[in-house]
Amino acid sequence: MIDFVGRKRWFFLISEIFVIMGIVALVISQIQIKSPLQLGIDFTGGTSMILQFSPIDSHEVSWHDFQGQLRQEMAALGYDKARIQDAGEGNFIIYTREITSAEASELAEELGTELDSQVEIIDYYLVSGTVAGETARNALIAVIIAAVAMLFYIVWAFRRMPSPFRWGTCAIIALIHDVFIIIGIFSILGWLAGVAIDALFITGLLAVVGYSINNTVVVFDRIRENVSRHIKPDFSEIVNDSLIETLGRCLNTALTTLFVLLALFLFGGATIHYFVLVLLLGVIIGTYSSICISSQFLVVWERKEWRALLPFAKRVG
Amino acid sequence: MRRGNVYLLIFILALFGFALWSIVPLDKSVFGREGLRLGLDLAGGSYLVYQANVSDIEPENRDEIMEGVKGVIERRINALGITEATVQIQKQEGEYNIVIQIPGVADIEKAKEMVGLFTVLEFREQDSEGNWVPATGTVTVNGEEKELVLSSRYFKENTYVTVSQTTAETLLIFEMDETGAKLFKQISTRLIGKQLAIFLGDDPLRGEDGHIIAPRVNDVIEDKGQIEGLSLVDAQELSLVLNAGRIDVPLGSWADGEFEPSIPLYERTVSATLGRDSIQKSILAAVIGIVLLLVFMLVYYRLPGLVACLSLGIYGVVLLAIFKLVPVTLTLPGVAGFILSLGMAVDANVLIFERTKEELRGGRSLGAAVEAGFNRAWTAIRDSNITTFIACLILFWLGGELGALMVRGFAVTLFIGVALSMFTAITVTRTFLRLIIGSQVVTNLAAYGVPAQTVRNTK
Repeated sequence: MIDFVGRKRWFFLISEIFVIMGIVALVISQIQIKSPLQLGIDFTGGTSMILQFSPIDSHEVSWHDFQGQLRQEMAALGYDKARIQDAGEGNFIIYTREITSAEASELAEELGTELDSQVEIIDYYLVSGTVAGETARNALIAVIIAAVAMLFYIVWAFRRMPSPFRWGTCAIIALIHDVFIIIGIFSILGWLAGVAIDALFITGLLAVVGYSINNTVVVFDRIRENVSRHIKPDFSEIVNDSLIETLGRCLNTALTTLFVLLALFLFGGATIHYFVLVLLLGVIIGTYSSICISSQFLVVWERKEWRALLPFAKRVG
Repeated sequence: MRRGNVYLLIFILALFGFALWSIVPLDKSVFGREGLRLGLDLAGGSYLVYQANVSDIEPENRDEIMEGVKGVIERRINALGITEATVQIQKQEGEYNIVIQIPGVADIEKAKEMVGLFTVLEFREQDSEGNWVPATGTVTVNGEEKELVLSSRYFKENTYVTVSQTTAETLLIFEMDETGAKLFKQISTRLIGKQLAIFLGDDPLRGEDGHIIAPRVNDVIEDKGQIEGLSLVDAQELSLVLNAGRIDVPLGSWADGEFEPSIPLYERTVSATLGRDSIQKSILAAVIGIVLLLVFMLVYYRLPGLVACLSLGIYGVVLLAIFKLVPVTLTLPGVAGFILSLGMAVDANVLIFERTKEELRGGRSLGAAVEAGFNRAWTAIRDSNITTFIACLILFWLGGELGALMVRGFAVTLFIGVALSMFTAITVTRTFLRLIIGSQVVTNLAAYGVPAQTVRNTK
């Protein structure tokens, strides 16, 4: 028998480390790039495009060096603030200010001449600054509505339990934990690798919200069932039993979902690479938090052991 | 074998058969649907969103006028030979957005030009130095005398193109409204033998040969008239533009309180190359992922795993049939939604099997364990999937607000996928398992992933 509940202080500590790392990342990012997250054009307005280069002398092209040359040429053409990301196979994603498709074609042509390469714009995307601000606001509203809706749903689903609100709150804490860690990771990716968050990032985040709660509900459902069967008097033992009983399911579901997502992450192409990464992280962290955070929080709350949340606090009793 | 199960089995097989029939081959026409509908990121194509500047239009007339605008844009884009384009109007908080989707490869610059043409056309005459200046006249409107420029505003919306029966020449036939008739009479009387050019802003309309379209005035024109000497293509184009140009509805986007004509809110163009590449990559990823998943299910769950694989197979076929017949537009994030829903479809099965295994270990008979497994797992399946539904609904709303097709594509496929997965897990897997157990073909508990020694109290 694995004693999950007994190790809850460790679980909290691990999560706290991750959350603190996330906060640090956000702060560093704020200092480095003046924004806690690298915002994509969906939120700032601008143009992103994927340029496909096929150099005329295609022998021994080092795409890394090529990217350097590309950056220089872009700067020479007046696009010194553009961000360039290598998307593999001679494809480069360029984020820049709002330029029309005609201007983009012109730019591509000039780059082609300067870099001695054939070039094609395979993806052109323009978002006007006007809607971008609205998008950011709506995305935030969506995430908040999702959290509140989930809370109400769980309170309703566990309405026959004593203090259903507590169950809902614990699930939401796990959910915020998941979302926050993912945001932290993307903050690091933002200032280290220039990965920007876009509308798909928010989409992934909301899907993770659904998945995380989904997992938590399965565990809670078992706790609910075991509580009503009155097998054991001690709540923490009931929670531990429930965790062990649902462990197989939780891990197997996570594994099967990870198989398909991992395949999509590795072979699915650059366009949805980071979207799938959000989902992948969400499945891993969501599974972890439903076992190690939400249920443990339930025990802490039930037994009023708030000190367990503090790292390195002395054990009571 | 209970009769109910047999009926269910027949129903499932019929559903499966129908779904399989409707998607093999994929491009066969079923209920008028051929192939899967692919979004622009998979098929290649363009997506444009413009805001309409309706500030000059009375609020009560806006809906009607925007419908007219939509029709005209459709006709204009069709006139470019882009037949599958869709044009939609989204009304949001008093704002009108025109959403244009052009699938496949198209001359997007030309299409944008055509969309941007949405302004009133002005007629101009040549002054003594040969410059084009607006053709004006003074007419009395509602008892007031006004100096007005002859423009497409005063044309009735029934301009059309015909071919003269006697001379076989292309004719553009038009009618003027009351003010227009007075105005045109004055101007045409003055300009007999001279030319009138048609201007859009400061640019004259040009024919397909590049020449300025400037018909000569041969007669005095009042309420009816015709233009001769145009090529068929030019005449058709001109009739469209005249019909559309009755009211000024500039398309573009607002920026800091200023309206910027012809700059879209959103524009996305994906090349067919990238689309094809994305399809290949998605298929490869899906196949690898699904194979891994099936192998895992078989190895870990044995016989029930096999049943789950069969039920997943049915799930996949029915889902594809739904995608084709509804039809659901498949996008790249949509594929991710589909794959995620596959993971969740497995989840329902896993929940049931884990529960069944527990019941078997607890010493229940096979039949009882399977039933208990289903019944007990049901609340968890239901409760957990509802949270996904909530997330999907919010995403669907957000997708509409963002104007981002991709977000909606994901929400829709995930929603349908999860809903169908509940059905297959509960109906298909259960029926198959019941039938296998009922027929007593396999009674060895090890086949269900529960070796005999792990059973708690063997009878």
